[in-house]
Amino acid sequence: MTIELPCVVNRESIVLNVHPMARLLDVLREQLHLTGTKEGCGEGECGACSVFINGKIVNSCLVPVAQVEGAEIKTIEGIATDNQLHAVQQAFIDCGGAQCGICTPGMVLAAVDLLERNPNPTDAEIRTGLAGNLCRCTGYIKIFESVVRACQER
Amino acid sequence: MRAYIPSYQLVTPPSLGEALDVLAADGGVWRPFAGGTDLMVLLEAGKLPHKNYLNIWNLKELRGIEVTAQHVTLGALTTYTEVQQEKVLQEEFPMLCQAASETGGLAIQNRGTLGGNIVNASPAADSPPALLTYDAELELISLGGARWVAYHGFHTGYKQMIIRPDELLTRIRLPRSADKLQHYYRKVGTRKAQAISKVCFAGTAQVRDGKIEDLRIALGSIAPVPLRCVKTEDALRGSELNQPAIAQARAVLANEIVPIDDIRSTSNYRHQVSLNLLEDFLRQLSA
Amino acid sequence: MSASPNHPIGKSVPRKEGRKKVTGQALYVDDISFAEMIYGVTVRSSVPRGRITNISFAGDTPWDEFTIVTAKDIRDIGGENYVALILNDQPYLADEVVNHAEEAIVLLAHPNKYLLEEARRNVRIEYEELPAILTLEDSVDKKEIIWGEDNVFKTFLVDKGNVDEAWTNADLIVEGEYFTGAQEQLYIENNGVIAIANEHDGVTVWGSMQCPYYVHKALIKLFALPEDKVRVIQTETGGGFGGKEEYPSIIAGHAALLSLKCGKPVKIIYDRAEDMVATTKRHPSRTRHKTAVTKDGKLVAMDIEFVIDGGAYCTLSPVVLSRGTIHAAGPYFSPNVRIRSSAVATNIPPHGAFRGFGAPQGIFALERHLDKVAKAVGLTPDEFRRRNFIQQGETTATSQIIREKVDMAGLLDRAFELTGYHEKRQRFAKENEQSRVKKGIGFATFMHGAGFTGSGEVYLASVVGAEATSEGRVKILAASTEIGQGTNTIFAQIASEALGVDSDLIEVAQPDTANVPNSGPTVASRTCMVVGKLVESAVLALKQTLVGSGLLREDYSQSEFQEACRTHIEKFGPLKTFSTYQAPPNIHWNDEKYQGDAYGAYAWAVYVAEVSVDSLTYEAQVEDFVALQEVGRVINPVLATGQIEGGVAQGIGFTLFENVVWQNGRMANNQMTNYIMPTPADIPPIRVYFEENPYAYGPGGAKGIGELPMDGPAPAILNAIENATGVSFDHVPLMPEAIMENLTNVLHGITL
Repeated sequence: MTIELPCVVNRESIVLNVHPMARLLDVLREQLHLTGTKEGCGEGECGACSVFINGKIVNSCLVPVAQVEGAEIKTIEGIATDNQLHAVQQAFIDCGGAQCGICTPGMVLAAVDLLERNPNPTDAEIRTGLAGNLCRCTGYIKIFESVVRACQER
Repeated sequence: MRAYIPSYQLVTPPSLGEALDVLAADGGVWRPFAGGTDLMVLLEAGKLPHKNYLNIWNLKELRGIEVTAQHVTLGALTTYTEVQQEKVLQEEFPMLCQAASETGGLAIQNRGTLGGNIVNASPAADSPPALLTYDAELELISLGGARWVAYHGFHTGYKQMIIRPDELLTRIRLPRSADKLQHYYRKVGTRKAQAISKVCFAGTAQVRDGKIEDLRIALGSIAPVPLRCVKTEDALRGSELNQPAIAQARAVLANEIVPIDDIRSTSNYRHQVSLNLLEDFLRQLSA
Repeated sequence: MSASPNHPIGKSVPRKEGRKKVTGQALYVDDISFAEMIYGVTVRSSVPRGRITNISFAGDTPWDEFTIVTAKDIRDIGGENYVALILNDQPYLADEVVNHAEEAIVLLAHPNKYLLEEARRNVRIEYEELPAILTLEDSVDKKEIIWGEDNVFKTFLVDKGNVDEAWTNADLIVEGEYFTGAQEQLYIENNGVIAIANEHDGVTVWGSMQCPYYVHKALIKLFALPEDKVRVIQTETGGGFGGKEEYPSIIAGHAALLSLKCGKPVKIIYDRAEDMVATTKRHPSRTRHKTAVTKDGKLVAMDIEFVIDGGAYCTLSPVVLSRGTIHAAGPYFSPNVRIRSSAVATNIPPHGAFRGFGAPQGIFALERHLDKVAKAVGLTPDEFRRRNFIQQGETTATSQIIREKVDMAGLLDRAFELTGYHEKRQRFAKENEQSRVKKGIGFATFMHGAGFTGSGEVYLASVVGAEATSEGRVKILAASTEIGQGTNTIFAQIASEALGVDSDLIEVAQPDTANVPNSGPTVASRTCMVVGKLVESAVLALKQTLVGSGLLREDYSQSEFQEACRTHIEKFGPLKTFSTYQAPPNIHWNDEKYQGDAYGAYAWAVYVAEVSVDSLTYEAQVEDFVALQEVGRVINPVLATGQIEGGVAQGIGFTLFENVVWQNGRMANNQMTNYIMPTPADIPPIRVYFEENPYAYGPGGAKGIGELPMDGPAPAILNAIENATGVSFDHVPLMPEAIMENLTNVLHGITL
């Protein structure tokens, strides 16, 4: 049993044909081929599947697609504009914030979210702001440095 | 994804009235589905036995925070993020804000709801100990009308509650107090973020002239339900804040709780830490 | 931010594939699809040891739509039902018996993922259970013989001087016993593979992996195919840490078996629960030390017994054991050393490679033990070590003469200066009396050998190629994988430095066994030092070819180099050069006696941890961490620092957070929610410092660094916890529950 479901993904209006209980994560990856959103744990623990729904960061593995009807969704593919990297993305490259890269899309979104709410976070606020995203490569230090760099560049 | 998705249903009622109709029509067949932060984890693991869900995420009647002279009333779909942002909660019910800030990461806090946390009925949930000490009340609505029940007593056993299948939890009400309360909340989960509690302690008290006039103590993760520690409260109410009273309170609490061993921690640890936190709470009151 | 064209080594050239990764364009195996592709899953054993008595396909599953593979299918294609590695004892699919829980028995494939999961639940396997061995102790005690004649996969003996005679010369003998637990690698990308197999073209697999040629070797045996009929391609890999060293051979075989049977591409992607419960982890260990010292604190003899739990099959345990054995006596000189080690079998899923590869286990034990010995002698932990640090010209446990300059005492001085160690030691002792939170500071001093052990690199005989393109670029051909550690970037830097051209001109080929030579596995801190050196010599050979052909002067500009490449290809066709590993001079290893030059070079390090222990909750927390190391030459400071920081964080997890809960031989907490790794909120400042002492046989002077940071955190943190609490702990992970059991008597009443 599928339903027709209008929503906006990366500024483009679309109508999905989906089972309402399907995970937003699977719909993005499999139907829309937006594979930048990753699955790390399937239980909202690692943050690799982070996306924005109506400007709020969420774990797309925990969202049944029925709940994004009419919503605006933004994924990692919608962060850079016209081939111009977001300051956070550039900072991740410059500061070594990405290693294996699998947590990076989620981590970039968490950092973008943090800076939109708090343009000059303290060290503690950076840690709290990213606490829902796990990285096994970096030990987070270079990610924190990337966020600080992005603040300076903005 | 280990679930067979086609076997599930998730329907979206346009209004509260229609939601209640569905819940009443086939008592128990349909269950509410809010922010999904607990149910989706079970679904993914192939461990969500119930199949039919009512998507209540868009019901406006279940949203918003209302403040009157007597109460702060929160819609059941108030998210942890919204809890933390509410000024009156920060000032008068800080433990609830702290619990919300320590539940998962931001992405969870943007989706997880206070009502969902209550009816998911996990003994390890972070907000129930705070709600218990604040004497929260719950509004349960069905086609037959609304009723308010005390949160203390709402959970009757592991994952058992007094809510009926045709009822929906719509609002949570916290009585405001004219008195200046002291608050003590501590979640113990080994790591600093995204932890599941091994012990969660919430305490409020009113102290005058070195004497405990009134207090509330609740613990999470140490019993099949979030536990209000009534015996310990009784032992301390009216007592002086001194070493013998603290020692006696430890002894009473030691008898009041029977924590379990599980994959996250041990009974011994939960027991000992609960007593330590009680003592720390009381010492901070006397300080 | 492009590097100076001539000397990129030592500069933080940005990660080559960085842009793809920050934009979400990098394609990992689960991001790839093929036409007609269907999905595969694995049905696994539910008991730790038993005889399979029946397999039935139940429920309302439309079984005729499914591709089903069992051990019988391997017989039918004439393949070998074992994962070719060392002892070849591990079957691809259990046949008649199972030796651990979660062992693969049946494979299923179907186009519908959801239906596939229903089907997996409907396969019923019955067993006649056999007695199982679930702990290292029970295996050593031979409570049941479950593998071979004695449960032992491998033993080693390192014997230097004469330990038995040394006891009489000692003023003091100190004994200790130490344990380390299993640890999950917890790369954020789970294991996954896509396979296309048919009788005509053979087998091709794409997957997340560290070692394409390991997979290649295993598939040749499984399918009884010639080398050129098996092709293995590494896709972007979301972390490995050893967890994708040997395991991908299994999942690749499974996907390929299904594909061969159904004639379609088959994708198998594990979810987190399956990846944690079924794949390899760090070997749990037990180490016993008996140490003889003089009263002025000189080591006289070290007698070490080192045992690791290999799990149900041998896999890489002998090699893990080897590295653990050699590192077990540390960077100290002792005239008499005996190390007896063994890898034993248990009925739990096989343990495997994990960053450090046995060394962290042995180093943990030694560095805990030396604090104990120091105390017994009446010296501070640092003074005791200073009296025993190995010096240039002295010999290690394997009687290797250290020829390179080494200055452990100097490193220790600098680390103490960076941390204010002595001042803190004093201050904490005073403050702790009054405080509910106890603070402490501790350290570990250690070394880590880079590259394969002993003659390993000679046997591997790795090859790297360099190919000029007609656009005047140079492509590096190596099987070494980029798994986040920076292979692509440092190879480009090394080649660029050697050729004197911009690093943007260097491409690193995607590891694909059809296109790249076997440069060996991506393990053992060997990629930079060993393979990097081959990159350097391969591109230098390319340059020599151009010079030799008269197309290039010795002194050339970048555009002249590009022009020469173009012209050479026009005139003579494709231009490729290859370089094969040659051991540095004076490397001698006796595999029989386990004696000689175990490693060409060692990295040397001092790590200092500052901790606090909360006496209310018994939670220990790392407050500050300094990692100081001498690693030869640092090729790329940002990448190298990132390696150390990440390794330290993983080490903190190993020490204080990551506890595998075993129930009947199975990991019970196989979820990220319940197996807890450090979050951004749990990591202290990690301050990384390098000393540089270029190594003559590493590219640009570099040695290995990748595994080093896994060695130091556990002992440094536990030494700090002893300093904070006065209680000596002998095992990791050290969870608050264990701290409580030992601390309640000590702390309670003092602070509360």
